[in-house]
Amino acid sequence: MSTLQVSVYRYNPETDSAPYMQEFQVDTKGRDLMVLDVLHLTKEQDSSMAYRRSCREGVCGSDGMNMNGKNGLACITPLSEVVKNNKLVLRPLPGLPVIRDLVVDMGIFYKQYERIQPYLQNDTPAPAIERLQSPEERDKLDGLYECILCACCSTACPSFWWNPDKFVGPAGLLQSYRFLADSRDEATQARLADLEDPFSVFRCRGIMNCVSVCPKGLNPTRAIGKIREMLLANAT
Amino acid sequence: MSNMRSLSFDAIIIGGGGSGLRAALELAKSGKKTAVLSKVFPTRSHTVSAQGGITCAIASADPNDDWRWHMYDTVKGGDYIADQDAAEYMCSEGPKAVFELEHMGLPFSRFDNGRIYQRPFGGQSKNFGEGGQAARTCAAADRTGHALLHTLYQNNLKNNTTFLNEWYAVDLVKNANGDVVGCIALDIETGEVVHVKSKATVLATGGAGRIYASTTNALINTGDGIGMALRAGFPMQDMEMWQFHPTGIYGAGTLVTEGCRGEGGYLVNKDGERFMERYAPNAKDLAGRDVVARSMVMEILEGRGCGEKGDHVFLKLDHLGEEVLGKRLPGIVELSKTFAHADPAKEPIPVVPTCHYMMGGIPTNVHGQAIMQDADGNDQIVNGLFACGEAACVSVHGANRLGGNSLLDLVVFGRAAGMFIEGALNEGIDYLDASESDVDAAMKRMSRWNESSGGESVPELKAELQDIMQNAFGVFRQEDNMQEGVKKLADLRERIANASMGDKSNAFNTARVEALELDNLMEVAEATAISALERKESRGAHSRYDYPDRDDVNWLKHSLYFPADKTLGKRDVNFTPKTVDTFEPKVRTY
Amino acid sequence: MVTNITNFGRSGLSDWLIQRFSAVILALYTLFIVAYLLLNPGLDYATWSGLFAQTWMRIFSLLAFVSIAAHAWIGLWTVTTDYLKPTGIRLAVQSAIILAIFVFLVWGIQILWGA
Repeated sequence: MSTLQVSVYRYNPETDSAPYMQEFQVDTKGRDLMVLDVLHLTKEQDSSMAYRRSCREGVCGSDGMNMNGKNGLACITPLSEVVKNNKLVLRPLPGLPVIRDLVVDMGIFYKQYERIQPYLQNDTPAPAIERLQSPEERDKLDGLYECILCACCSTACPSFWWNPDKFVGPAGLLQSYRFLADSRDEATQARLADLEDPFSVFRCRGIMNCVSVCPKGLNPTRAIGKIREMLLANAT
Repeated sequence: MSNMRSLSFDAIIIGGGGSGLRAALELAKSGKKTAVLSKVFPTRSHTVSAQGGITCAIASADPNDDWRWHMYDTVKGGDYIADQDAAEYMCSEGPKAVFELEHMGLPFSRFDNGRIYQRPFGGQSKNFGEGGQAARTCAAADRTGHALLHTLYQNNLKNNTTFLNEWYAVDLVKNANGDVVGCIALDIETGEVVHVKSKATVLATGGAGRIYASTTNALINTGDGIGMALRAGFPMQDMEMWQFHPTGIYGAGTLVTEGCRGEGGYLVNKDGERFMERYAPNAKDLAGRDVVARSMVMEILEGRGCGEKGDHVFLKLDHLGEEVLGKRLPGIVELSKTFAHADPAKEPIPVVPTCHYMMGGIPTNVHGQAIMQDADGNDQIVNGLFACGEAACVSVHGANRLGGNSLLDLVVFGRAAGMFIEGALNEGIDYLDASESDVDAAMKRMSRWNESSGGESVPELKAELQDIMQNAFGVFRQEDNMQEGVKKLADLRERIANASMGDKSNAFNTARVEALELDNLMEVAEATAISALERKESRGAHSRYDYPDRDDVNWLKHSLYFPADKTLGKRDVNFTPKTVDTFEPKVRTY
Repeated sequence: MVTNITNFGRSGLSDWLIQRFSAVILALYTLFIVAYLLLNPGLDYATWSGLFAQTWMRIFSLLAFVSIAAHAWIGLWTVTTDYLKPTGIRLAVQSAIILAIFVFLVWGIQILWGA
């Protein structure tokens, strides 16, 4: 049996008054394809299908979507990992406005990323060569800088669903900690001051959906815990 | 089309990858009205996939390292058709550009003394090839491109660069004098078509690996800038030079960094033999990429390939141990498990040479200014048009790029273009405005697709194009095969001209983008095919069975493809660096 | 920085700390009461009221009441900001919650020190 039942969320703002699910029969020829390959096959059946994709190897973060109820990257998710009872249901990332089909408006997600000032701040004049950093100091950035901004985590987070305008969300906070943890960054006080309100960090309830969906195996909850520790150490 | 909205900028940068963002950063800092127009959100650009590192003589691994050694390697690696003034500029300016990246926050891996970690890469030597293997590739684990692209995007945010994200540039707009004065662009989200006016238009659109069926390139690498420039009538340089990366994962095409071999991994055939010892006794697995790729194909053709079909070889890494793999090559471990179902700590990765990089492109000088030839064969600047990154052919890579040199190319020449444009804008740029008919000319292609009906479908034609290129213009090439390929492409061009776009809606219509991309793939493929057919020698990545030797008498030249009559001309290679002696062509061995 | 004026401590950090601190108090109080009930199976009114006649027990209980009040306000404030989006309704519910907590707190004090 190599015909897979694929059900895809469809919505075209120009023609549809409401979203609907479209059914496809996809012949996988028995191969354990990636979900993205399956999407290509459905697009061959219906060229009006819209989804984002770029690197097809899990590093660009374009094709985050909800596959059989769980967020992930279509390009590195093999069918064997998600398909149950020969059925695959594809929906856009939850909690963000849908532009069309599987394409969501990521504006508010990017805005929260920009809010944490995601760039190194260091006003000390730079040396003629690189700034030195010990391997131990550099190790602190592992598990943080690898984020690909796919939004799988933030759109799996109920706190982000309810307050996407105020709660930075796991992706933004992971990057916030990436700079707080960088021995070369000098803006620690300003960064912390911007985070100590009741929403930005503290709306995290620690349910760890972010950790369970991150396609890069990163742990935003741990980073959020570290930010809390820094805030506490700073204020007591 | 008179009701089309227009936007005006001092400079518009088409492409949000490494070179585009580096150029944009320079211009944003200068306060010029600049926008980056990118068909994907910038951090989704293909630079993100670069793994091993950025090669540069920052004298970290070896305090005595010298940029001149790097320049020598680059010129030799390019089989002597790299422009030596450009290679000189890149290698000498490189350290500045790399230190800038570090100061911007790029999380480089480190040595114990706190300096940037450097690893050995292919084709690297000390003391002009006399001092053995060098370690010159600065790395952030095996995610250097990701770290670099995100750092550049972050610093553009810091400097308030304007972004037109998920906008697709359709064609260049030229005024009555032939100057480039902007482009036609499609806002993908809404479907609105906008006339973007600009005093400087930078094509930073990256490569076009998707002309081949098997490539390490992202799905978005469709040569949009090359296509636009060719349709605008500008020539392309060295388009026959396509790098096949030795280690693409068999079946999937995803890249496995040369850094694997830099860290001590090596290739084996079905007998478990480390065969590169035979082909490159000194550098072994770290010979130039063209050399390694050819050796692999030879092994496979001679029946020593691995697997049931004997159509690939193995990359052995297990002897490095889990700790080194986890620390230096964590991304490779992930990719290998996902795409090859092999844990490199326990078993070898099946690999095969895979299309990776376009050495050719839009000819430019070191300032990124696009170049064409006048009637007498002299270089002539194209007013208003710039290119940098993989889309450009400066040419620092010549006939074969060294690993780690593309990231350096991006930042050095992105920066150079930005600086030059800033200066030119300060001095004042004043070109004639485009007339309505000029704009209509640039709209022609878009209108054709919008009105198309009843023709063949885009995905089928694309697949056919990729198969033609894969079969006739791969690692080894020969006359009759290529001639047939050129013929098939000419036929395909007719069919594409009559193809139809199934979906004509406006909101986020990816079918429209893919149709427009197909035109660009066609342009790149044909330029490649004709250039490859006409260059009757073997040099660097261009290997012919029928002309197996390098021919310095006739072909120590750039090729120049002219789209108007589809002919191939030649252009002189620069042999006059400013501060070092010329590197004279020698027999290239590793 | 997101500005808020209706949360308990005006800062997410102090709210968060108070939430945890009050939780510890409530846990200790609960443990104590449960243990007391288990250790005194035939509990009569005189013993029970004797317990609450002692000053340390009154202070401990008051601490627990104040902890409940703070804990409840911080928790319910979070719930209202999550789920009640129209400002009018949210403010009204928040006011009602504050009022109820205030009433329960005063009532509790009255029980502890009253006749």
